[in-house]
Amino acid sequence: MNIFARIGYAVMTVLAQLGRLALFTGKALAAIVSPPIYFRLILTQMMRIGYFSLPVVGLTAFFMGGVLALQIYLGGNRFGAEAIVPQVVVLGITRELGPVIAGLMIAGRVAAAIAAEIGTMKVTEQIDALTTLATNPIKYLVAPRIVAAVISMPILTLIGDSIGVLGGYIVSVYSLDFNGSAYLKNTADFLHSDDVTSGLIKAAVFGFIVALMGCYNGFHSKGGAQGVGNATTYAVVSSSILILAADYVLTALLFHK
Amino acid sequence: MSTPKIQLIGVKKRFGSKVVLDGVDLTIEPSSSLVIIGGSGTGKSVTIKSILGIIRPDEGTILVDGEDITHINGAARDRVMRKFGMLFQGAALFDSLPVWENVAFGLIQGRGMNRAKARDIAIQKLAKVGLTEDVAFLSPSELSGGMQKRVGLARAIAADPEIIFFDEPTTGLDPIMADIINDLIVSTVKDVGATALSITHDMTSARKISDKIAMLYGGKIIWQGPTAAIDSSGNPYVDQFIHGKAEGPIKMAVKA
Repeated sequence: MNIFARIGYAVMTVLAQLGRLALFTGKALAAIVSPPIYFRLILTQMMRIGYFSLPVVGLTAFFMGGVLALQIYLGGNRFGAEAIVPQVVVLGITRELGPVIAGLMIAGRVAAAIAAEIGTMKVTEQIDALTTLATNPIKYLVAPRIVAAVISMPILTLIGDSIGVLGGYIVSVYSLDFNGSAYLKNTADFLHSDDVTSGLIKAAVFGFIVALMGCYNGFHSKGGAQGVGNATTYAVVSSSILILAADYVLTALLFHK
Repeated sequence: MSTPKIQLIGVKKRFGSKVVLDGVDLTIEPSSSLVIIGGSGTGKSVTIKSILGIIRPDEGTILVDGEDITHINGAARDRVMRKFGMLFQGAALFDSLPVWENVAFGLIQGRGMNRAKARDIAIQKLAKVGLTEDVAFLSPSELSGGMQKRVGLARAIAADPEIIFFDEPTTGLDPIMADIINDLIVSTVKDVGATALSITHDMTSARKISDKIAMLYGGKIIWQGPTAAIDSSGNPYVDQFIHGKAEGPIKMAVKA
């Protein structure tokens, strides 16, 4: 094939994909705001997306807080700034690591599960069956998952933030000989509410990305088991990349005044 | 003459460079049962999915009760879909829901009926296809293929549809179960007074459940007529198909 044809084909493929994603996002948003709203399904999805992700988010946040305390201590040590550990830990976790780690964990856990479930429903004609039962599949499958993820993620992140700070506290107090009450006082004095809310806004956006990419890839999977496998992979990879890209954009928007 | 229940006029659909439907014209009278026969990959499923709006045809018009539904969407589409029930080839039961909720799905989600009432109706419909109440609380994955087909049939008739589609109703079943499903199709369709459209390549099933047969080949309807006339169609394509001969004018495409 001629080189220009190849380039053209690649560009067209990317544009077509973006167009499909934009259309899908539009339909999903329209489905979220227009009745009927399936509250029962939203609650079920919040259990699956939020509640059952608590252990994995809690554990990763704990270790992240611990390692952050250790690294800052070791780094600060080089110029006599070890005392800054509590402030940097709480700032790093609430602004950045809390939402991002929770987002990436959810991308692995939830985007994959959503893509696999919806992909299987697609290849076994269950999505067509929804249509024949006068039920809009976008409204029934996509809207509740997105709403549930957007509500669950900030809550998960808030819990993850607390556990992360606790991880930093435990490492600092029991391994680095910080004074416990001074550590907590420094943490509390330094923290602004903006630091937490900015992280929660990010978390909500990440939740949207994860649910959207899971649903989108599931809906567009084809060709049996292998197709569903591919959809799952794309869902995890694309939502992870989009989370990190969105993180940068949101940080620039929220803090660059 | 009464308005046809479903009418397809010059319906065309292509996927990429592959033409699947090349001008399908088909008329289905109210309360009749039409079976479309044809080999694999001749566009039988695409025809049904076009009528259901799952696939949008590139050209042509689809009328249901005289209403053009080719390009309708949203609430208007949902309203027309309430006339339909469909039994899918693999039954397509929702595996996250128990059997009764599968059957009651259209009543609860599509029509907003309360769950207790919908459950009673679901159990009645399950009884119609020969399933007892204890099956209602099982998960679809616990059922055999034949049982799943029955549940799929119960789901298709749950909301008393005016039109029922059957996609390969007997494929993958043993001959006895296939005959049971055929009987159920005939009795339930009569019972509800519905118009039926089926697609199959199982001639035993086609003869049993149809009043009329149409054959799809090369993206067009190449023959149609009363079921009794199928053996004397004088059409070499139809003859080859109904007798299952490898030799004849139909060449099987290897690639889908």
